[in-house]
Amino acid sequence: MAIPQIDPSLIEGKQNYGTIDEMIASVVTDQKRHKRIWFIVFGLAFLLMNCLIVAVTWLLYRGIGIWGNNVPVGWGLDIVNFVWWIGIGHAGTLISAILLLLRQPWRNSINRFAEAMTIFAVMCAGLYPLLHTGRPWLAYWMFPYTNILGLWPQFRSPLIWDVFAVSTYFTVSLLFWYIGLVPDLATIRDRTRNKFARTICGAASLGWRGAGRHWHRYEQAYMLLAGLSTPLVLSVHSIVSFDFAVSIVPGWNVTLFPPYFVAGAVFAGFAMVLNLLIPVRAMYGLKELITMKHIDWMAKIMLATGLIVFYGYICEVFYAWYSATNVELTLLMWRFTGPYMWFYWSLILCNGIIPQLMWWPKLRKNLVVIWIVAFFVNIGMWLERFVIIPVSLTKNYLPASDRLYMPTFWDWMMFAGTIGMFMVLLFLFIRFLPSINIFEVKDLLYKMGGPRTKPAHHEEGQA
Amino acid sequence: MEIAGQQELVMDSSETQLNLEAVREKLAGKTGKEFWRSLEEVAETQEFQAWVEDEFPHRASISEVDRRSFLKYMGASLALAGLSGCRGMFLPQKKIVPYVNQPEELVPGKPLFYATVMSLGGYATGLLVEQATGRPIKIEGNPEHPASLGATDAIMQGALLDFYDPDRSQDILEEGRFGTWDSFLAAARARLAAGGAIRLLTGTIGSPVLAAQIEAFLRQFPSAKWVQYEPGAREGALEGARQAFGRPLNPVYHFREADVVVSLDCDFLGDLPGKLRYARDFADGRRLEGNDRTMNRLYAFESTPGLAGGVADHRWPVRPSEVPAIAQGLWARINAGGDLAEGAGQVPAAVLNSIAKDLMAHRGRSLVLPGEGQPAELHALAHAINAALGSIGTSVTYTQPVEISPEPQAPALRELAGELHAGKVEALIILGGNPAYDAPGDLKFAEAIKKAAFSVHLSLFGDETSALCTWHLPETHFLEAWGDGRAYDGTLSIQQPLIEPLYPTAHSALELLSALRNKPKGGYDLVREHHRAASTFSGDFEKAWRKALHDGFVPGAGAVVAVTPTVTRWAAPAASGEFEVVFKLDPSVHDGRFANNGWMQELPRPWTKLTWDNAALVSPGSAEKLGVQTGQMLEIEQGGAKIVTPVWVLPGQPDGVVTLTLGFGREKCGIIGQEVGHNVYPLRKSDQPWLLTDASVKKGSGQYKFASTQIHHDLGGKDVVRVGTLEEMRANPNFQPAHAHHGGHGDLPSLYPKEIFPEGDLPQWGMTVDMNACIGCNACVTACQAENNTPVVGKSQVARGREMHWIRIDRYYQTDKKSDDPLANPQPVFQPVMCVHCESAPCEPVCPVAATVHSHEGLNQMIYNRCIGTRYCSNNCPYKVRRFNFLDYPHLQKQFTGGERPKLLKLLNNPDVSVRSRGVMEKCTYCVQRINEARIEAKKERRPIRDGEVVTACQQVCPTRAITFGNIADKDSKVAHLRHDPRGYLLLEELNVRPRTTHLAKVRNPNPEIQA
Repeated sequence: MAIPQIDPSLIEGKQNYGTIDEMIASVVTDQKRHKRIWFIVFGLAFLLMNCLIVAVTWLLYRGIGIWGNNVPVGWGLDIVNFVWWIGIGHAGTLISAILLLLRQPWRNSINRFAEAMTIFAVMCAGLYPLLHTGRPWLAYWMFPYTNILGLWPQFRSPLIWDVFAVSTYFTVSLLFWYIGLVPDLATIRDRTRNKFARTICGAASLGWRGAGRHWHRYEQAYMLLAGLSTPLVLSVHSIVSFDFAVSIVPGWNVTLFPPYFVAGAVFAGFAMVLNLLIPVRAMYGLKELITMKHIDWMAKIMLATGLIVFYGYICEVFYAWYSATNVELTLLMWRFTGPYMWFYWSLILCNGIIPQLMWWPKLRKNLVVIWIVAFFVNIGMWLERFVIIPVSLTKNYLPASDRLYMPTFWDWMMFAGTIGMFMVLLFLFIRFLPSINIFEVKDLLYKMGGPRTKPAHHEEGQA
Repeated sequence: MEIAGQQELVMDSSETQLNLEAVREKLAGKTGKEFWRSLEEVAETQEFQAWVEDEFPHRASISEVDRRSFLKYMGASLALAGLSGCRGMFLPQKKIVPYVNQPEELVPGKPLFYATVMSLGGYATGLLVEQATGRPIKIEGNPEHPASLGATDAIMQGALLDFYDPDRSQDILEEGRFGTWDSFLAAARARLAAGGAIRLLTGTIGSPVLAAQIEAFLRQFPSAKWVQYEPGAREGALEGARQAFGRPLNPVYHFREADVVVSLDCDFLGDLPGKLRYARDFADGRRLEGNDRTMNRLYAFESTPGLAGGVADHRWPVRPSEVPAIAQGLWARINAGGDLAEGAGQVPAAVLNSIAKDLMAHRGRSLVLPGEGQPAELHALAHAINAALGSIGTSVTYTQPVEISPEPQAPALRELAGELHAGKVEALIILGGNPAYDAPGDLKFAEAIKKAAFSVHLSLFGDETSALCTWHLPETHFLEAWGDGRAYDGTLSIQQPLIEPLYPTAHSALELLSALRNKPKGGYDLVREHHRAASTFSGDFEKAWRKALHDGFVPGAGAVVAVTPTVTRWAAPAASGEFEVVFKLDPSVHDGRFANNGWMQELPRPWTKLTWDNAALVSPGSAEKLGVQTGQMLEIEQGGAKIVTPVWVLPGQPDGVVTLTLGFGREKCGIIGQEVGHNVYPLRKSDQPWLLTDASVKKGSGQYKFASTQIHHDLGGKDVVRVGTLEEMRANPNFQPAHAHHGGHGDLPSLYPKEIFPEGDLPQWGMTVDMNACIGCNACVTACQAENNTPVVGKSQVARGREMHWIRIDRYYQTDKKSDDPLANPQPVFQPVMCVHCESAPCEPVCPVAATVHSHEGLNQMIYNRCIGTRYCSNNCPYKVRRFNFLDYPHLQKQFTGGERPKLLKLLNNPDVSVRSRGVMEKCTYCVQRINEARIEAKKERRPIRDGEVVTACQQVCPTRAITFGNIADKDSKVAHLRHDPRGYLLLEELNVRPRTTHLAKVRNPNPEIQA
């Protein structure tokens, strides 16, 4: 079988299998590689995570009245943040599953990191639907379990679909991530001199010896899981969008929502990967494995999905006009000119206008520009959810029931807390697990022609 | 060892074996009947003797307990003894007192109803109070009583919460120290016996028995004088009658006899004592059920937007000082019998000509109403106009005043204040009221009270006045005291208590006066003796008395007095200042006496939808002129008195008029009313109680946050509220008011059946809300709150948008497109909205745990126990009628946060309705508990539920009968007829959610001659 031509710039520098092992695994085995910056970021993130603990404790004690939700606006920042976090996770699944099936070798050095991000983001997301209920201690009623009342959940409710979609998504993502980790954990087990690490990694690598039979089974399991997660990339956010599209709330019942939400999720996910990988690759000297080529391609995906999302915004305006429904038109004008107009126009700026910078190849080589664009995209996607969820609810069929929504201190505290939790988990991951797939990069190197004696063409950004 | 032990045991038992032979011997030696307890006894064994002699034969001897066990038992006993001391803390405290004799009629779980009356400002309204196992739980109007006809207003509904208010005064206080009733009586009797200036201060008294007690008191203490002060005293009305007829008389209006009504700044639906009856009669005169196509017509000139202006067919916002000119204009035209050229202020001559023509065309069936805040001269003029129109005897009659002493109150109060300031008053006895707070500012009454040598305040709460008096005595609430009262038309009722006084320290004014007179008697005896002596009842007293208690009133209203008014010419005063300041009683907290009532504070005021506050109402035009916006402060100054109060810009308020609402800014009140809103009494003048024409008004500094339940001044609810005119309706029999393109029932093509009625003959519940009858008075909102245990959430929660009322009254404005300024005089439309029980309810499929489901009778049910609180149902509800317990509201209500007393409030709850916990959604149930009660009764009698048997709380209280409820599957039911009335439309019909509630469009009857 002819190996397809692989872009040589996906691995840079003078590499052989040993250097790759060393470069990635030493982040874990040689704990001295973690400089002060790790402690500073981790410390800040840890403080933020404590905010989460405080916010959730107070929430459980007092009830969700500590938030800003009210009667027309039943869902506020709770669901905004839920959808945002779920969206962040999407890049991971897309990279690991779809790009694997499409045999895109460039995914090999970023998939592990993106998958970890997915899992942590879904963990943050999962907190919200659980804690936003009035009586979270009864949230298990949403699961179909046999009980003496013979009572099932309401299977017609999109929230039940959500329960299945998100829990499946999390389970499959976790399995996928862990299966992929097994060979690398064995590498660490073999390389580390730390007895503790050797024991843990030894247990976690499930007795991996690198035998041919192991590799055979590994490949089969991995491909099967990739096949399983591929529909999830599309289904999870489609189902999340059903929460809105299935309702009769003006501004929510839009048939465009499923593709529009999926595109938005990938858009936000890639932006977040860029936001995190650009500093991490610099911190840990991984520039030769996460190259400018990777960043360039991710920026292009961001641009493409951004255009789909922007198309969605145009469609929303068109539908409102085309429906000729009074309440839809009123809502449209409310978004354009009402008290939340700043949210709407900032959203257009962040998601519609700023990403257009990515058309220029030169700017796609400028790490600072890319980072800033990705950052705006993350803000923009948050604003998009804000404009869709609470702002739509402030405008009603009966104008007399219109009420404004304003998040409280506790809303923000919990959001900051989930950011803290995400960062804490991510930084623990970077420190204690190989954040780049070692064997897949080695595999890539092999497919590119084996160990190199002289560096490939080097192309560093103008950071 | 083991074997040896066993042997020993065996030997032991053989030793203690009974010697049966010895027993037989002993028995043989006995003669006669011998009783023995056991063989051992007969055998007289040693063991048995020891057992008999031992007091506690089976106890373990302390010497048998080893040291370790002894300490163990001691420790456990001490610990358990300590635990038993915690009873009430975490061990349940159980006090069960069974009925020794079950009271007759009392069946646990079955409520009883008793008739009584509530008096406010001297006027009584008949009530039926629901009592569950001995405690009053709901107030309803007495359907037989002429002032109620089954309705109440919001305040009467709220009286129940007042009764259970944990802040009610419970202790007799002397200078702030605990006193006793006996120590008080000793001190007071000594003081009264000493003579000197004794002053008795009360509110307006309409109760004959109390008046008799006061009279007796004045007779017994010749140096005593009786002074009345009521913040809402009807001086204009009484003095007006005096001017017109030479004596004070009480006008009683008959709206059923009136086809054309002109309100001269008179909010007869909100301010007059007979408002409930007037509202019913007025609405009956406009009802368009079936083929009836006749309506009365109301012209309203208003200085402050009120309920009457809201329903008027023509409404003009005018300055209060312009009203006399309008009245004179009408008077002149009626006298001249034709048109005149001059107008009155902003009102053009053509308008007055048209009104006068309309009035004259309906001679004998027309009515001109003078406003409560208007001067006596205007009242006199209105009587004259009514006389000239031939309405006296038909649409207006006169009775003797309901007030026992119809004298002007202000001069007497001024004199009393003077005496007090001069230190001349020896004893001041204040029965009820709160003059330290609500007396006009110019009298400085709070300081005056302090100067009295001896002062007593009998009141429900320890308030501003109580704090200044020597003695404070807790007063009984009307639900726990005997008394009587007269209604707006003079009908006499007995005030019958529902329960023993909650606090043994509390006394009624009757009891206090009789005790002060050294003839202490209970209220029951006093009331009975008075009416026996006064020969109130004809025939057998006991029989008549029982009947009066049962019916709630003594039939036969006050005798009608035949009169002819004489009118002296009157030069109406001209407006002087740039701004006129109008004072109004608050529709919820009245003069401030209901300020500690959470239901009242949280009730959105009809036009402003403002809760927990009063505001200076100004028109959009005046606001522009003053440079203020809603929430900014206004400084109002007159004659040295100055107040600073926030502004509320209200469309429909006349330009140049600032309306201030009394009853707020209480300083010594309970935990609810303390420091709520701004006190405007300091600006009030004893000689100008309702109007200041020379106040200076300017913008102040600062911002204030209001909590209102509607954020917009919606101009036109689009197709949500449908309004038409009578002319259109007459012209087109199938007329659909306003938005005809929406079509009626079944006009829209649909794949669904016309009506979804499941199989079987179950009733299918439905409701109609007649917006033509609704006056926006809020009674239904409080009635629903009382019936359904709805919590009060407080100002900050209302500001967040979390009020819990299951029924709300949406206010929309209808503006005339031709008008220059759409905000100057918009017509409000009130639309009550509660859960409409959609047949295909959007809330149901979205609930993940199926906590909201449909019943076979068409109710959209909320299963509180199953709800986990995702709030998805509320998001998906197009009517936004669902309410969520964001916090633990039932227990966070301020009344509940103060220790032991708050348990009292639990007695308030309707036992048939669950109290909802935190995190649970709730909403209107169509009063399912009342449906169930009717169903049980019907089942017992093996019959279907009758039409009209189920009455929802909102329906029952509605003064205008705007709400109808029943079985829509029964084609003969009233609700089914109304549902298919041409005016009926389904709110948001285009969503195809198929509401069970039908709204009936509003129809106005404007005079075609008058444009806008």
